[in-house]
Amino acid sequence: MKLEGKVALVTGGSRGIGREIALQLAKEGANVVVNYAGSEAKANEVADEIKSLGREAAAIQGDVANADAVAEMIKETVDRFGRLDILVNNAGITKDNLLMRMKESEWDDVINTNLKGVFLCTKAVSRQMMKQRSGRIINISSVVGVSGNPGQANYVAAKSGVIGLTKTAAKELAPRGITVNAVAPGFITTDMTDKLTEEVKTEMLKQIPLARFGEPGDIAKVVVFLASEDSSYMSGQTLHVNGGMVM
Amino acid sequence: MADVLERVTKIIVDRLGVDESQVTLEASFKDDLGADSLDVVELVMELEDEFNMEISDDDAEKISTVGDAVNYINSQV
Repeated sequence: MKLEGKVALVTGGSRGIGREIALQLAKEGANVVVNYAGSEAKANEVADEIKSLGREAAAIQGDVANADAVAEMIKETVDRFGRLDILVNNAGITKDNLLMRMKESEWDDVINTNLKGVFLCTKAVSRQMMKQRSGRIINISSVVGVSGNPGQANYVAAKSGVIGLTKTAAKELAPRGITVNAVAPGFITTDMTDKLTEEVKTEMLKQIPLARFGEPGDIAKVVVFLASEDSSYMSGQTLHVNGGMVM
Repeated sequence: MADVLERVTKIIVDRLGVDESQVTLEASFKDDLGADSLDVVELVMELEDEFNMEISDDDAEKISTVGDAVNYINSQV
């Protein structure tokens, strides 16, 4: 096991990619805090599944876009587990609309959760990780943050911003033994992508050289790599896990 | 006062690897004691732990000399 005794926090860990990341980290030996915004029952299920693997787990509610909630969540994690080694900034929402139709509130909500949330969580954990002189921060970006995507100006701006934030955090925190990397998933089968029409899905599939949609596990395995000692000489990087969709 | 200065001095000496004689009230962390921005952030974190207090980001930004740190701590206890 690669993460024995480590403590991880996964934001948006109750469903989709975050859920799989939380489970995979636990399988590698980490104790995991599953953050969720609204899906309490699902978050508890993930925590129970982690406990059944023989690890410790807790489900903690908290809106990543709210600085006080984030500070409270990090404090609770450190109080309970004594340390914090791995932060996975995964929480994300979509509110798609064409640029011309996009409401200011749709823009703000997505930027607040998907970009500001990463800033707030990174800021809050960096204190603990600086004290420990070690830490791994892994941000979940998106293929569209690199390629652009019609109807997702807010989401794309946030996910692209995450890549820049990753690089800056990596440079600032490197002297204290903390690495910061990003993963940019392509089309992954989750609740978020189930909302798309069959027509859109068929069209997207044509753009994927490996000719299949990804599974949450495809992303979680790469996150485990970035959380482990195997990636200790990597920082500020974005790993593209998209079936070759964008190269 | 003396006690606060003594404790602050010890943390600075440990953290920045400077000689105790360099740690005067007028000494600037960055200009005189060789600290970079991240060192100052860490010093503030250690002062918070040592004196069991929380120093807000706004207040922390005003601390640039040893005297600033000592005065701030004295004003809070």
